[in-house]
Amino acid sequence: MTWVNVVVHGVLLGGVYALLASGLALMFGVMRIINLAHGSLALVGAYMVFLFTEHVHVSTYLALAPVLPGALVVGYLLQRTMLERSLRAGQLVPLLTTFGLLIVIANLLQYFFSPDVHSLDEGNIGTASWQVSSSLTIAWFDVLTFGVAVVVLGGLQLVLRFTQLGRELRATAEDADTAELVGINARAVYARATAIAVATAALAGVFYGMRSSFDPNAGAAQLLYAFEAVVIGGIGSLWGTLGGGIVLGVAQSVGAQINPEYFALSGHLVFLAVIVARTAVQARGLPFALRRAA
Amino acid sequence: MSTLLAVEELDVRHGLLQAVRQVSLEVAEGETLALVGANGAGKTTLLRAIAGAHRPAGGRISFDGRDITSLAAHRRVKRGIALVPEGRRLFPNLTVEENLRVASAARRSGPWTVDAVLEAFPLLQPRRHKRAASLSGGEQQATAIGRALMTNPRLLLLDEVSLGLAPVVVEGVYRSLAALLEGGATIVLVEQDLARAMGVADRVVCMLEGRIVLEGPRGGLTREQVTEAYFGLRKGATA
Repeated sequence: MTWVNVVVHGVLLGGVYALLASGLALMFGVMRIINLAHGSLALVGAYMVFLFTEHVHVSTYLALAPVLPGALVVGYLLQRTMLERSLRAGQLVPLLTTFGLLIVIANLLQYFFSPDVHSLDEGNIGTASWQVSSSLTIAWFDVLTFGVAVVVLGGLQLVLRFTQLGRELRATAEDADTAELVGINARAVYARATAIAVATAALAGVFYGMRSSFDPNAGAAQLLYAFEAVVIGGIGSLWGTLGGGIVLGVAQSVGAQINPEYFALSGHLVFLAVIVARTAVQARGLPFALRRAA
Repeated sequence: MSTLLAVEELDVRHGLLQAVRQVSLEVAEGETLALVGANGAGKTTLLRAIAGAHRPAGGRISFDGRDITSLAAHRRVKRGIALVPEGRRLFPNLTVEENLRVASAARRSGPWTVDAVLEAFPLLQPRRHKRAASLSGGEQQATAIGRALMTNPRLLLLDEVSLGLAPVVVEGVYRSLAALLEGGATIVLVEQDLARAMGVADRVVCMLEGRIVLEGPRGGLTREQVTEAYFGLRKGATA
């Protein structure tokens, strides 16, 4: 029964990674940008919510109401002012730009909020749990996080599939020049994609901040896990990202059960194993859907 | 008939290569113009420059009396210019219907809807929910033309719609186009097949090495004249 417990917690942990990874996968799928500042932007979301809870005295969940629309605006402006120019200079430049952004954000957060750790209050749900059996307890907060991840990823999938914005996003992702020729403003579509990605990052950051304490430099580590989730799940596939997050979460949770020191290591090993296996399969010329339509 | 499109002394470069040199051209409302010429004569580049996919190095393009030289491609679509690009360029992972619907981004109102396109190209009806990548060449070409029509254009630019298609399929594509032509659409088409170009167009323009070398109404040009200009046997001929 212990192992069931370990796996269930791993799956739920995967929801945390998938939530953060969804925006990363969206940006890569649409623009081929690997946003190294994604984890840092998530942290900014957490700090903004912290400001609201401290000074306006609202609950963490209520503070999302102003912070998420704010994140949309930040994402839109980020694309129009920085990433759009970077993209024009080739594929490597956005990587450097977002790396710079990661460092700038970490330093700004340190300046304004000190290097001390902060945390967000998760409300009454934080202590509630469901005792399934003597050895299996599920925290409601973990279920909530996982549920939010499923709703965000599912919502994105529905938007991509059934709305005009979704069709424009997919068309622009496949061929931006031709998209322009059928009347799509490709740069505005890119900006909307980044806006959505930054908003999901902020949401993920807030849930991360409720789960554990955070400091100005926590962005990079979170980015790494999200990135692993995206790669394990198959780049560009949103449901794959959820699967990737779950695989990573279960690997970490199983590793930690063997020895608490193996938590991060076992996740990295699974990540490497997936990459090696995929390369081996590709080398043999077998078709492997690495880049499916989102 | 009023002038819909006016191109004045247009220069377009691909890096160091000058693909279009000092081209001036006028297209009247309702007219069908055929651009002919050998490979590399600059026909595709000229069409792409008119559509906004390629920024000219010099010259002016005006549409419906307004200068559009520096307008982005998607804004030209909004004004009513649609290009069916060479090689179709469909969005391969979108279905036929999605390829059509996505082109309503410009929000131009008019007679063309998904249903109208499927009616004009009945071969697409059973393929409606199939991915564009899975279509045959003829079906892809029909989808590409339908996608351009979805923007309800005033000017339709067709780049080599018969390229790589079986003769019988080309016949079908042109039969569908005939209905458009009768509807009074303004069309500029690039066509390798001289006979076909001279068959559908009101006026034929022949390009050679980036320049217009021969221009004349359908009845005023002989096949021999066009062939000579096509291969550059006699430069500067005007009918």
